Amino acid sequence: MSQAPAAGRLAHRRSRHIRERIIELVLLSSALVAVATTIGIVFILVKESISFFSQVSIIDFLTDREWTPLFSDPHFGIWVLLSGTLTSSAIALSVAIPVGTVLAIYLSEFASARMRETAKPILELLAGIPTIVFGYFALFFVTPLLKKIYPELPGFNLLSAGLVMGVMIVPYISSIAEDAMRAVPMSLREGAFAMGATRLQVALNVVVPAAFSGLAAAYILGISRAVGETMIVAVAAGMQPNFTFNPTEQAATITAYIVQVAKGDLPHGSVGYQTIFAAGLTLFLLTLVFNLLGYYLRKRFREEY
Amino acid sequence: MNDEQKKPDPSTLPKKAASQALNFFYGSKQALKNINLPIYDRKVTALIGPSGCGKSTFLRCFNRMHDLYPGTRYEGQIRLYPDDVNLLDKSVDPIEVRMRLSMVFQKPNPFPKSIFENVAYGLRIRGEKRRSVLMDKVEEALKSAALWNEVKDRLDELATTLSGGQQQRLCIARSLASEPELLLFDEPTSALDPIATASIEELIHQLREKITILIVTHNMQQAARVSDFTAYMYLGDLIEFGWTDDVFFRPKEKQTEDYITGRFG
Amino acid sequence: MAVSDSLRATISRAKRNDLIFVALGIAALLFAASTFVALFLDMVGDGLSRLNPSFFTEFASRRAERAGILAAWVGTFAVMLVTALVAVPIGVASGIYLEEYAPKNKLTALIEININNLAGVPSIVYGLLALGLFVHTFGLGASVQTAGLTLALLILPVVIVATREAIRAVPGSIREAAYALGATRWQMVSDHVLPYSLPGILTGVIIGLSRAIGETAPIVTIGAVTFIAFLPPSPVTSSPPFLSFDWLASPFTAMPIQIFNWTSRPEEAFQANASAAALVLVVMTLLMNAIAIWLRYRLRRNLNW
Repeated sequence: MSQAPAAGRLAHRRSRHIRERIIELVLLSSALVAVATTIGIVFILVKESISFFSQVSIIDFLTDREWTPLFSDPHFGIWVLLSGTLTSSAIALSVAIPVGTVLAIYLSEFASARMRETAKPILELLAGIPTIVFGYFALFFVTPLLKKIYPELPGFNLLSAGLVMGVMIVPYISSIAEDAMRAVPMSLREGAFAMGATRLQVALNVVVPAAFSGLAAAYILGISRAVGETMIVAVAAGMQPNFTFNPTEQAATITAYIVQVAKGDLPHGSVGYQTIFAAGLTLFLLTLVFNLLGYYLRKRFREEY
Repeated sequence: MNDEQKKPDPSTLPKKAASQALNFFYGSKQALKNINLPIYDRKVTALIGPSGCGKSTFLRCFNRMHDLYPGTRYEGQIRLYPDDVNLLDKSVDPIEVRMRLSMVFQKPNPFPKSIFENVAYGLRIRGEKRRSVLMDKVEEALKSAALWNEVKDRLDELATTLSGGQQQRLCIARSLASEPELLLFDEPTSALDPIATASIEELIHQLREKITILIVTHNMQQAARVSDFTAYMYLGDLIEFGWTDDVFFRPKEKQTEDYITGRFG
Repeated sequence: MAVSDSLRATISRAKRNDLIFVALGIAALLFAASTFVALFLDMVGDGLSRLNPSFFTEFASRRAERAGILAAWVGTFAVMLVTALVAVPIGVASGIYLEEYAPKNKLTALIEININNLAGVPSIVYGLLALGLFVHTFGLGASVQTAGLTLALLILPVVIVATREAIRAVPGSIREAAYALGATRWQMVSDHVLPYSLPGILTGVIIGLSRAIGETAPIVTIGAVTFIAFLPPSPVTSSPPFLSFDWLASPFTAMPIQIFNWTSRPEEAFQANASAAALVLVVMTLLMNAIAIWLRYRLRRNLNW
């Protein structure tokens, strides 16, 4: 600090105050970028969807059983795409939830500290693999493998994409679920151990119920991940809209459809262009519900312990 | 409660358990040094001493809780009577030990289940499935823990909705339901208010008719009120053991006297 | 031990269940790990033969055996540069604001919910935002800058969350010590909190970038052209002012797009290219993740607050 006279020091303080205010405003406006992004997403999706729904009735959108936006007789039944999304997600979750849960229980309640220290980085690396690479893996490795068991399987199918998507989500679910279980206080486990319970009994009867909302959050965020996943399904499940819940067929998901249209060259402003925003809005709302639910459950779990 | 008239020489009393030359280690740190302590049948034995003296560590040897954590090691024996086996022996399954000895913890730790399921838990993991048997035993245990009247209409509610004192009595009922031979209390009232504490002490007083109790407490008045025998520990050593009256009013060791009179600790 | 035979049988049954579960846990871990290994070996098997120096120095080509990833990796680096330059300052500033400045009010709560939700928005929705806003409203085109901005928004939540966690680990006593010496809030933050939390922030930034580098869906959605046989203009020029920003507005391709493009080709020869490129991409992301994991490990070891 300089040896300024009293008045000068006061002035210095005022300028310092202004400087601090400016810095705070800069920081605040950075934080508002996140809000602006959400507003931007909602604005763009809603704006284009409004033009879309001015030409296509929302009843048709929700009830039509065909999705042929580029045909001369266009149909816009979102259920066609939703069926692909739901089927591939269901397959993915039927892999990811059991494997992720078992893994989380094992790592949190059974594994030694050293085992945990080795396993967790491996899972993190698995989670870091780009989804396009998983898509490649599904198309060129898993599908041929499945064809050996089931030769009639087409080259593009929901099964292979769903299975690989499941593996991709395993580390995601197991890491949130393990965090939740490790947050359960040791005293609760000791209570059960002291009665003669085994590790598995402690895990299933005490730790899992205690961490329930944390586990639910892990599953719900996993669902959201599966519903929004794009490249695996776009590469391995095909891009042909197909109203089906049969995993051995090929079908486009909402996300794959958006990729397919964006890859082509649809003129800005056409109905075809607007369909991807209507599809995107559906996807956004779907994941929003899951995300908010997951956020709420996680927050509630943190408050419990 | 310690009647002057019937205070025989302890060595004539039947023993429920006894630690013999017990040493215990956390890694390389020795936490218990050559502890020799008898636990007399259907008596209350209190363990007192300043914090860090090893009293909880000693208690947790009895049901092999230390086995749950890596880097712990026992030496010596804890013999359980009448079958006269060493609880710490490698060939003895810690789960079997815990099925016979029960423990109540410092902070109430009810499971995130209903009141009924909390009390029935010990029976369930012992393979009991008959609803009527479970119902009877749960009722009996809750009555023994003086909780039945307060919870009999809400057995299906979550145990965590109970007050702190009720939760601790629930944990006692949970321990009693499986009819343990020895009940271990690890500072059971340290997290409770005075009224809840009084009800737990009253309960311990009643239970000693039926069951052997070993209790760790940081509260000397509590030890004086509830116990028949008192052991004073300091830095992992057993300093003095005897009838509670003797330890409190006629301590043999200067250290015990200093602690009891509040000059230290 | 005097335990009845029936009880002993119950105990041994429970203990057998324990063992079964341990086997299950290890199986789950092996399943995850073996997928990882299978994926890697599959790529190596298909693509290793294509991995020669010319693969890195050639442009994409109609002839599979002559095609390379020059435009793709240069494009990826250019996009990552923009992403990092945008996401790091905004993300770190947001994190600082939320941890050190934000009052507990509705605006702060709104920002927090937003960040949490954005973290779960499917990446393809960011692509739709970019298509509607950056490409068609701001007229930035399917360029390096559009892709960089899009991916920056995508990884913003990752950077913010990592920054907040790192800042939170700095103990309050350090802040009080700085204040006690007469520091202003910003001096306290910039001289103490920020330097001490830098390794943690860096870890988050690397993880965010490793996610961005493999993202395909958003940049496909903005309409990035898939066949590019030229590089963006050089940022350094021979005539004054010697610096050029034309590369920002240049069309581009990137590693994941190149992989996607080759994966969609029916000829088998392009599959080899796809797996070779995928191998390069996976090695890039794994390297980044490994650096982040290593950084975090060191951080945990060195920090003793």
